[in-house]
Amino acid sequence: MRAGQLDKLISLRDSKRSVARVTDIATGDDVLIIDGKAEGALAIDAKLQAAIDDALAREESRLIEDGNRRVFIQVLTPPLRLAIIGAGHISQFLSTIAAEIGYDVTVIDPRTTYASATRFPGATLSHEWPDEALASLALDRRSAVVALSHDPKLDEPALAAALKSDAFYVGGLGSRKTQAQRRERMKGQGFTDADLDRIHGPVGLDIGALSPAEIAVSIVAQMIDVLRPKKKGVKSA
Amino acid sequence: MADIIPGADDDVLGTVHRWKGEGRKVALATVVTTWGSSPRPVGSQLAVDDKGNFVGSVSAGCVESAVVDAASRIIKNGKPELLDFGIADDQAWEVGLSCGGKIEIFVETVD
Repeated sequence: MRAGQLDKLISLRDSKRSVARVTDIATGDDVLIIDGKAEGALAIDAKLQAAIDDALAREESRLIEDGNRRVFIQVLTPPLRLAIIGAGHISQFLSTIAAEIGYDVTVIDPRTTYASATRFPGATLSHEWPDEALASLALDRRSAVVALSHDPKLDEPALAAALKSDAFYVGGLGSRKTQAQRRERMKGQGFTDADLDRIHGPVGLDIGALSPAEIAVSIVAQMIDVLRPKKKGVKSA
Repeated sequence: MADIIPGADDDVLGTVHRWKGEGRKVALATVVTTWGSSPRPVGSQLAVDDKGNFVGSVSAGCVESAVVDAASRIIKNGKPELLDFGIADDQAWEVGLSCGGKIEIFVETVD
């Protein structure tokens, strides 16, 4: 990797932007594709450009045969994001475990004594109301939203915002009874059954989790379950 | 929604950046192809410094030591190499992939 390329990759990572690094694996010559612009020493023809565009769209690194050369396209993307509504005990564990897996975590709770830096080291904290906080996060398909406040005033606006986004995972704490009551209220706001089916609730995989930490594990496991494609013929138990 | 979204990993590039800032010589290894039940996906990276310290992974520990050995050679001569590992290779079993997969790993210096 030539001098300067690493600095660019680090700066793109810090500003949370995607980049493709395209390398001729015989010579080591490379080029960075940043917002559609090529910066580097490797020439790109139309066929290679099409492969780069496809790799970026799928967020999938791959080796391609380009004439008589072999070229590796590496796609580097910013971290997945998790917004947690409610700064209670489960949220503390969820924030820590998700951060360990590599998520950018934002904890949203207007109650400043709960959503404090002491209780949530490393997480971004927001004391706005959830609908405002989520609007400024601009949720996308690389985002997960989990409502854990137990308070419909906080959880429902958050779930509503999540359902209007492309978030890949939407979870809401509460018993089956609570889920049913929430479903009825949100239907009254115009959400359809299909919309509301996107909410995972009771939240988390059914692994018999009891403690706040165990519930956090079950939620993270469910996020992974939703995110990752399954191999055909492999059944989960 | 695309069916594959890469997850997090050790901050390999961040570590390389820090090492370079400390004046170390560094090689970067990247998994470029996999066949069969390879333990780490394409794009996984391992960085090695001139003292043999490393961060990241390119397999489940099966071939890391061989990659670290190759990296020290590549740091010395500056030429990138494509390493090839698989159960079918004639290499000693301790640097093969016990899972039966095959991988190609591109190793380059970071200038």
